[in-house]
Amino acid sequence: MEAHEEKPIIYTMENKPIVTCAGDQSLFTSLYTSLAQQLPREPMEWRRSYGRAPKMIHLEANFVQFKEELLPKDGNRALLTFPFLHIYWTDCCDTEMYKASVKDDMLRWQSTLRLHGSVDWLIVVVESEAKKKNKTNILPRTSIVDKIRNDFCNKQSDRCVVLSDPLKESSRSQDSWSSFLTKLRTLLLMSFTKNLGRFEDDMRTLREKRTEPGWSFCDYFMVQEELAFVFEMLQQFEDALVQYDELDALFTQYVLNFGAGDGANWLGSFCAPVKRWNGLLLRRPIDMEKRELIQRGEASLLDLRSYLFSRQCTLLIFLQRPWEVTQRALELLHNCVQELCLLEVSVVQGALDCWVFLSCLEVLHRIEGCCDRAQLEANCSHTVGLWTYATEKLKSLGYLCGLVAEKGPTSEDLNRTVDLLAGLGEERPETVNSLQSPYKKLNEALSSVEAFEKHYLELSHAAMEMYRAIGRMRSARLIGKSLAEFYMKKGDPERAEGFLDDSLRSYVAEGWSLQVTHTRKQMAECQKLLQQTEDYLQTSALLAGDANLTVEERKHFCQEILTFASQPPAPSDQTVALSMAAFAQLRQMQFSPPGAVVHVGAALQLELRVRCLMPVAVKVEQLAATLHFSLEQGGARGRAGSAQRRTGQGPQGQGDGVVLFPQGSPLAGAGMGASLLPALELYEMQDRSPSDSSLNSTGVVCKNMHLLLRRHDSSASLDTPTAGALPAAIAVDDGAQMLRARDITLQPGDNSILFTAPTGEPGSYTLRQLCGSVGRVQFVQSHIYPVVQYEVYSQEPQLTIEPLSDNLLAGIPQKVKFTIATGHYSVKKGDALQLSNTDSMPILHSSCCSATILSSTGERVGESALSIQSSEKVTSISLPPTPPYHTLEFQLEVLCHIPPTPFKPDIERLTNGEVRHRPKSHADRGMINIDQKVSIDCPWSIYSTLISLTFYVPFKAKHSILSAGKRKYIQVCLQNVSDTIFHLADPVLTECQPTIPVELLSLNAKTQQTVCSQQSVFCLWEMRWVERLPLCLQCAFSASFAPVSASDAHTAFKPYRYEFQLDRVSTLYSLKAEILPPSGDQHCRTGTLCGLEVSITRQAEPSETEGEEEESTEIEGLRTTKLMYEVVDNSSNWAVCGKSSGVVSMPVAASATHRVQMEVMPLFAGHLPFPNIKVFKYLPHSAVPAIQPDTDSCLENDTMSLLDKGLDDQGDTASIRSRGSVHSVGSGEQQRVLPMPRLEPFSPGQVFYLSQGRQVLVLPVTDDHVMEVNVT
Amino acid sequence: MAVCIAVIAKENYPLYIRSVPVQNELKFHYTVHTSLDVVEEKISAVGKAMADQRELYLGLLYPTEDYKVYPHMIRILYYTCLHVFYQIENILLYRHTRYGYVTNSKVKFVIVVDSSNTSLRDNEIRSVSQLLNLYGSLKGFQGI
Repeated sequence: MEAHEEKPIIYTMENKPIVTCAGDQSLFTSLYTSLAQQLPREPMEWRRSYGRAPKMIHLEANFVQFKEELLPKDGNRALLTFPFLHIYWTDCCDTEMYKASVKDDMLRWQSTLRLHGSVDWLIVVVESEAKKKNKTNILPRTSIVDKIRNDFCNKQSDRCVVLSDPLKESSRSQDSWSSFLTKLRTLLLMSFTKNLGRFEDDMRTLREKRTEPGWSFCDYFMVQEELAFVFEMLQQFEDALVQYDELDALFTQYVLNFGAGDGANWLGSFCAPVKRWNGLLLRRPIDMEKRELIQRGEASLLDLRSYLFSRQCTLLIFLQRPWEVTQRALELLHNCVQELCLLEVSVVQGALDCWVFLSCLEVLHRIEGCCDRAQLEANCSHTVGLWTYATEKLKSLGYLCGLVAEKGPTSEDLNRTVDLLAGLGEERPETVNSLQSPYKKLNEALSSVEAFEKHYLELSHAAMEMYRAIGRMRSARLIGKSLAEFYMKKGDPERAEGFLDDSLRSYVAEGWSLQVTHTRKQMAECQKLLQQTEDYLQTSALLAGDANLTVEERKHFCQEILTFASQPPAPSDQTVALSMAAFAQLRQMQFSPPGAVVHVGAALQLELRVRCLMPVAVKVEQLAATLHFSLEQGGARGRAGSAQRRTGQGPQGQGDGVVLFPQGSPLAGAGMGASLLPALELYEMQDRSPSDSSLNSTGVVCKNMHLLLRRHDSSASLDTPTAGALPAAIAVDDGAQMLRARDITLQPGDNSILFTAPTGEPGSYTLRQLCGSVGRVQFVQSHIYPVVQYEVYSQEPQLTIEPLSDNLLAGIPQKVKFTIATGHYSVKKGDALQLSNTDSMPILHSSCCSATILSSTGERVGESALSIQSSEKVTSISLPPTPPYHTLEFQLEVLCHIPPTPFKPDIERLTNGEVRHRPKSHADRGMINIDQKVSIDCPWSIYSTLISLTFYVPFKAKHSILSAGKRKYIQVCLQNVSDTIFHLADPVLTECQPTIPVELLSLNAKTQQTVCSQQSVFCLWEMRWVERLPLCLQCAFSASFAPVSASDAHTAFKPYRYEFQLDRVSTLYSLKAEILPPSGDQHCRTGTLCGLEVSITRQAEPSETEGEEEESTEIEGLRTTKLMYEVVDNSSNWAVCGKSSGVVSMPVAASATHRVQMEVMPLFAGHLPFPNIKVFKYLPHSAVPAIQPDTDSCLENDTMSLLDKGLDDQGDTASIRSRGSVHSVGSGEQQRVLPMPRLEPFSPGQVFYLSQGRQVLVLPVTDDHVMEVNVT
Repeated sequence: MAVCIAVIAKENYPLYIRSVPVQNELKFHYTVHTSLDVVEEKISAVGKAMADQRELYLGLLYPTEDYKVYPHMIRILYYTCLHVFYQIENILLYRHTRYGYVTNSKVKFVIVVDSSNTSLRDNEIRSVSQLLNLYGSLKGFQGI
C-alpha cells in the first residue's frame, strides 16, 4: 500500500477518489485487497442534482492513511485531492481497551474531522471469532458497537458498521461484506453528490462573477477543469467533456464579444503576438506545460485552444468517437484562424499555416493511432477534410517561401523560412524518435524545393485518392486543378494538361460557365506552352467567343487565331480545322422560294443567318456548305412526290422554308447542351409503289441518329472541343457540290449570307457540312441539324382538261379548262394542239379566246390570244410560245349532244312508272352520263393523248299511261337531276309512225316554266281515236330548255327529246266490287259476314293481234279466256271467308260480265276501304291445246269447276297448280312434261277498276260504352 | 452575411448564382460547385426519407477557413426560388458563412456565409429556409 506516501498529485487516469483510513492500520492492511477488489464489482445508481439523469456507476477508491494534512483547508478547491470519506477501523472487543485507548483515538479523529467540517465518516468494527475466544472477559460484541454508536453516532447509527469475520469464507462473512460494501458505496455517493454539488455551486458563483473586473478566465478554467477531472476520475467521460465544451463555448463567446467591441481585461493576455506555432499535441493525456501556462495566465490563444482540444480529443477517444475528433479538429482550426483575426493578434505570415499543417497531421496521426486501417479507409470522408486542409496549407507555405517558383527561393524567402521554422521550436520529445512526425515533415518540406514537391504531391495525391474513393469527384478534380496550377508554375505543362482536361470536361458537362472559362484559360496557356497549335487555336476560338471574358481578353484570343491564320503555311502544314461551334452559331436558314422544291435550272437562294461569336469582324475567304446529292427522290415523281416528302420536316423545318437551329443558353454556352442529350426525333416513313401509290413498306426513321448514337466523350470534343482535336470524320470533304460564298466579313453578332443553290440535276440535295476558311484555319461544322435539304425536279410536259364546273352537262355549251404544264419542254411558236372532232361533241370556239401563262410559282407571266382553226376532222389550237416549267391555261366551250334515247339497249319497260334499266347512272342523283373521248395530238409527243370527258344528262324522263274507263291519257314526267335551274318551253308529244291515226290532245296550260334542281314537271295528253287504238304506239316527247342564267334566252334554248313506245293500251276489262250487308240489315257490322260481289266486264273485243296474245279457247263457238281473280286485303280490315281467289272463263265478247260472290267479314267499324281485287291472265300449260283439244275441253271445264270448289277449301293458287298437275298426270298418261298453268299480269291500262277508292260504312256490333274507332 | 447564394438544377448546373463581393465570384463558383459533392452525399445518405419531408435542411455542408457552405432542399419551383431570392437577399445580407438546402425536386439551394460572422448560427440558417418557405406559400408559389 503506497497510498500513505507523500507524492505530487498526478493528473492521470489512475486517479481515484480518496478515502482516508484511521484507526488500526494493520487491520485495514489485512482487508485492503479484498476491499479494493470488491468495491467496484457492483454498480450503484447515482442520483444527481439539478434534474440530471441518474447514472449507474462503478465505484473505486484510493484508500490512504488518515492525516490531518489531507483535509482540505479553507479555499482550497482541489477536488482531486479531496478525501470524500473517512473510515476508522477497529477490531476492539474489549471494553477496557476501548475505554483506555480506542475511544480517545476516535475522539481525536472526530474532532479533527469536525474541525475541517468534514461530515463524511464511517466507523468499522471488525469482529472475529478467534479474537473473541482468546479473551475470557469479553463483553458481548454488541456492547462495544453499542458503546461506539452511543458515543459517536449521535442519531446516525448507520455510521457504524460491523464487519464479521471478513477473512473467513462463510456466508455470515459474505453477508457482512455485502452490507458493508453497500453502506460504503452509498456513503461515497452521498459524499460525491454533496461535495460535487457544493463545488459546482461555488463554481457557478465564480462564473457569475465573470463580469467583475478582477475575474480571470484562466482561474475559472482551472476550477471547472477540476470538475472535469473528477468526472474523468469517475469515468464519466461524457460529463467531463461537457465541462470542457462549456469552457470552450464560454471562451468563444468572449472572443465574439471582443469582436463586437466588448473586450474583457483578461483577454489581453490572449492577444499577445503568436510566438510559437508548434501545433496541437495530442499524444499526452494532459499537456502539463500548456496547463501550467494557463494556470499562470501566460497562455496564448493557440496554447489555450490547443490544450482545450487535446483534452476534448482525449475524452472523445475514450468515448470511442474518433470521427468527431476529426470534425471538431477542422472546426477548431478554422475557428482559431478566425479568432486570431478577430482578436487582431499579430502573427508572422505563414505561422498559422504552419500551425494548421502541423495540427492537421497531428490529429490524423492521433486517429491513425486508435483505429485500424480498415476503419480508416471506411471513414475517409471524415479525414479527407484534414488532408485537404493540410495540402492547402502546405501549398500556401510553398508559395510563400518561394518553393514553387521556377527559380527557387530568394534570400527573402529563405529568411522567412528561417523565421517560420524558429517558431516551431524544438521537436517534442514524444515524436523525436518518429521518422514521419508532422514536425519533421514540415521541417523537411520547407528546407528544399525537391522535398517540398515530394511532400506536396504526396499529400495532394493522398487527398485526391480519398476523394475519389468516396465519390467526391468534384473535390478530387479541384485538387487536381490545384496540382495543375502547381505544375504550370513549375514549368511542367505536360503534367498539368491531364488535370486541366479532366476538370474542364466536368465543368463543361455540368454547365458551370465561370469555371469553364477560367479553366479553359489555363488550358490555353498550357497548350500554348506545349505547342499544340490546333488545340490551342480551338481553345482560343472558344475563349474568343466567351462572354465571361472581357472584350480585351477575347480580342487577344481572337487575334491569336487570326495571326496564325495569316501566316504563310509551311510546306508540311495542312490547314487547321476547328469546330465551327466556337466561331459562329447557325441561327436559321431560309430558302427562296420557300418551298425549296424547284425544277431543273431554276434559281434557288438560301439565306444563312449565323451569329458570329468573335469579338471583332472576321474576314472569311470562303464559306461553303457541302451538299449531299441523291437521286432517290428523283425529279420524275415531280412536284407531288416532293411536296409529300417535305411535310415530314420536323419541328424546326417549317412550311415557309425556314429552318431554325436550336440554341443553347448563351450563358452556359454549349455546356448545357452537352449535358442534356437531344430528344429522339422520329418520323414515319412510307414507301409507296410509284405506279399505283400502294403502300410497299412503312417504318420509323430517326433523324438525329448521328447526334444520339455517338460516343459520349467524343461528343464533348465535337460540340465544345476541349482539347480541340477534331475527329477525322469531319475532315473537309471536297469535290462534292457546294453552296459557296466568297470574301465575307462576319461582324460580331448576327450576319446574313446569301447562297445560290445549284439546281443542275434533278434530285435531292442535303446540306451536310459547313466550312468557313480564314487563311490556314478552317471552321467546320460537321453536321447541320435539323436536316436542311432542297429538291430539284424534272417534269414531263402534261396536258390536262378539266371542267370548270363540278359536272359537265350535256345538251348545253360547257366550258373546259386546258392546262399545259410545260415541264422541261419549251413551247415554240407554231406549236399547236390538234383535237380530233367528233359529231357528238363539237368544239365551240370564239375569237376572243386567250391563254394565260403562269410561272412555276403560280405567278402570272403573260397572256396571249389563241388562234383556233377548225377543219372537218380536226380543230387546231396554236399555242403561244411558253418557256419550260411554266403553265399555260385557256378555256374552251364544248357541247355534248343528248342522244334522244340515251343508252337504252332494251325497250324501257315501265311498270308503275319506274325505270327498270338505268345504265351508268350518276351514283347519287340518278344522272345519266355520257363519256366523250377527245384525242389530242401534242407537239411534244408523237403519240395522241386521249382525254375522257364525262357529261351528265340534266333531265330524266318517265312516262305512264292513265285510264278512265275507256279513255286514255299519256303522262310524261321530266325531272331536273342537275344542279342548274332551267327554263323549260314547248313540251310537245307526237306520234312517230302513225299507222292508225290517234289524236294527242295537250292538256298542258303553260308553254314555258322554270324547273329547279330535283324538281319534276308533269305533262299530260289525252288520246283520242276514231275506231280503235293501235296495238303499239310510238311517241316522241320534245321540249326546249335553257339555263336560267343564260344571257341570251332565245339562242340558248336547246332541244330535249324523249322517245318511248306504248303497247296494249286499250282497256280490256273493268272490275266492279260491291259489298252487301247481311240480309235484313242496312249496314255492315263488325264480325258479321257480308257479301262481296265482284263483277268483271269485258270492255272491248280484242283486236286481231291482241287476240293472239290472249290465251282463248273456243267451246261450241264461244271464245272464252280464263282469268284469275284474287281478293287481297293488305290493310287487315277484312277477313276473307271461304275462297279468296278463283278462275273464271270470260267469253271474248264486249260487255260479257262475270260475277263472283264471296264472303268477307269486316274486322273494324268505320268507313272501310274496299279490299283489293286483282286480275291475272290464267294461262293453262301450253301443251294442253295441242293434245286432244276437243275431248279434254269438257273434262277441263269440269276440272275447273272442281277446282273452283276445291278452292273453297284451299284458297291458294299453289294448290291449284298442284291439283292441276295431279289431274294432268291422271288424264294424260303419255305426257312426260308436267303441265303447269301460268299467271300473267295485264299491262297497265288493260284493266280498269271501277271501285277504286270506294269505302263502305261498317257499324260496330253493339253499342258499347267504349267506342272503337279505327281511322285508316 | 451570406456572401453567395446559388440555386442549382437537378442536373447540377447553376440556375442562379450570385455572390457578394463580386470580385471573388469565381472562387464562390468553385466552392459551390465542389459543395455539390457533399450535397449529393447527404442526399443519398438521407435517401427516401427525404421524399416525405417537406423541406430538407442538410446542415452545414462543410466549412472552409473563410466560408461555411450550407445546402438546403426546399419544395419550391426553381423560378420561385429566383423570385424569392431577389426578395430575401436583403434579409440575408444584413447579417454576414456556406449553408445549403436541397429541394426534393432535386433543386439545390446553397448559401455561403462568411465564417468571420459568427452571429449567424446553424438554426438561424434553417429559419432562413423557413422564411423562404413562408414567403413561397404567401405568394402561392408552393408546389411541385
